[in-house]
Amino acid sequence: MTALTAAAAASQIQERLGLAASVTGGEVGVIVPRERWEEIARFAKDTLGCRYFNWLTAVDYKEQGLEVLARLDHLDAAVAVTLRTRLEAGTARCPTLTGLFRGANWMERECYDMFGVTFEGHPDLRRILLDQDWEGHPLRKDYAVDTPHAPYR
Amino acid sequence: MEVKPPVPQIPPPVWSEFKDLQEWEKYHQTRADNDKTSEALTSIADAIHHMPGGWIVTTSTEKIFNWARKSSIWPVTFGLACCAIEMMATFASRFDVERFGMVPWASPRHSDLMIVSGTVTIKMAPMLKRIYDQMPDPKWVVSMGSCANSGGPFRHGYHVVKGVDRVVPVDVYVPGCPPTPDSLMYGLLKLQEQVAHFQHTGERPAPAETA
Repeated sequence: MTALTAAAAASQIQERLGLAASVTGGEVGVIVPRERWEEIARFAKDTLGCRYFNWLTAVDYKEQGLEVLARLDHLDAAVAVTLRTRLEAGTARCPTLTGLFRGANWMERECYDMFGVTFEGHPDLRRILLDQDWEGHPLRKDYAVDTPHAPYR
Repeated sequence: MEVKPPVPQIPPPVWSEFKDLQEWEKYHQTRADNDKTSEALTSIADAIHHMPGGWIVTTSTEKIFNWARKSSIWPVTFGLACCAIEMMATFASRFDVERFGMVPWASPRHSDLMIVSGTVTIKMAPMLKRIYDQMPDPKWVVSMGSCANSGGPFRHGYHVVKGVDRVVPVDVYVPGCPPTPDSLMYGLLKLQEQVAHFQHTGERPAPAETA
């Protein structure tokens, strides 16, 4: 059995899922619709073998909505799949990956803490870094950095 | 080249060198005021009176208590960020603040000083306040580094207290990012000057300007 290459992974994604995949070095970038987020992550984990959940974060595009990114690494071949999905403006709801990856739990909590993305189906969606009574999500572009926080600032 | 013979050192007179008790008393009563043996206590003494056989120091209890206070300031070990590395270097053998009687102590109950060394986040501020409240009076705070002074490079971050003086009262601000051990030692010496003027009124006069 030959080792998985990025080009082979991209062609598999295109053939079996019908999604465009771009290859940059060993990285396969896939833009997925929000409804198929968990399905495609499952495909990358089970079929392609990208078993390592590396990171999950979000980007704020202001009125165009948030974008959630997740990177899944292949541990035996130099291949990584980066999934990205655009959430509708004003909703900030995304399916969870905690059913697939245990490591997604805290990553999604941090993403909720900083960006306010609500991960549907997450077992314990609380703030992880900031205080529980914190108001707002500080990495949103519309968060004013000098927001007063009683009693210390 | 001309070689000068060494100047003979005159030893201090001993008892047996005096003819009688009157000569001995006369010697001490006419001793100069700038005698080196008297200078050790001038910082806390109001007056040094020459008496037969020695001298008597008169002072006030407040002065001698403050002298004791400033000579044994124990800072609580409270390292918050990278400034704590410089603080540890200050405590260690090369700079050695134990010369000033400062012993880093791992208990706020036994400490007189808190050196806030690093960024104070909003989440850390209640714990800092609690440790400060656990210290017995009288107590002092040194704010070490730009972050503790004003928030520093993280001043406009969403999570940083803009200066530890919004949480606890601060006596000495040490600038720097991070301050060198020399800077911190200078700040600690400034604090000793403040402690020497400590009064129970609760007001803390500014330290005297040094040239």
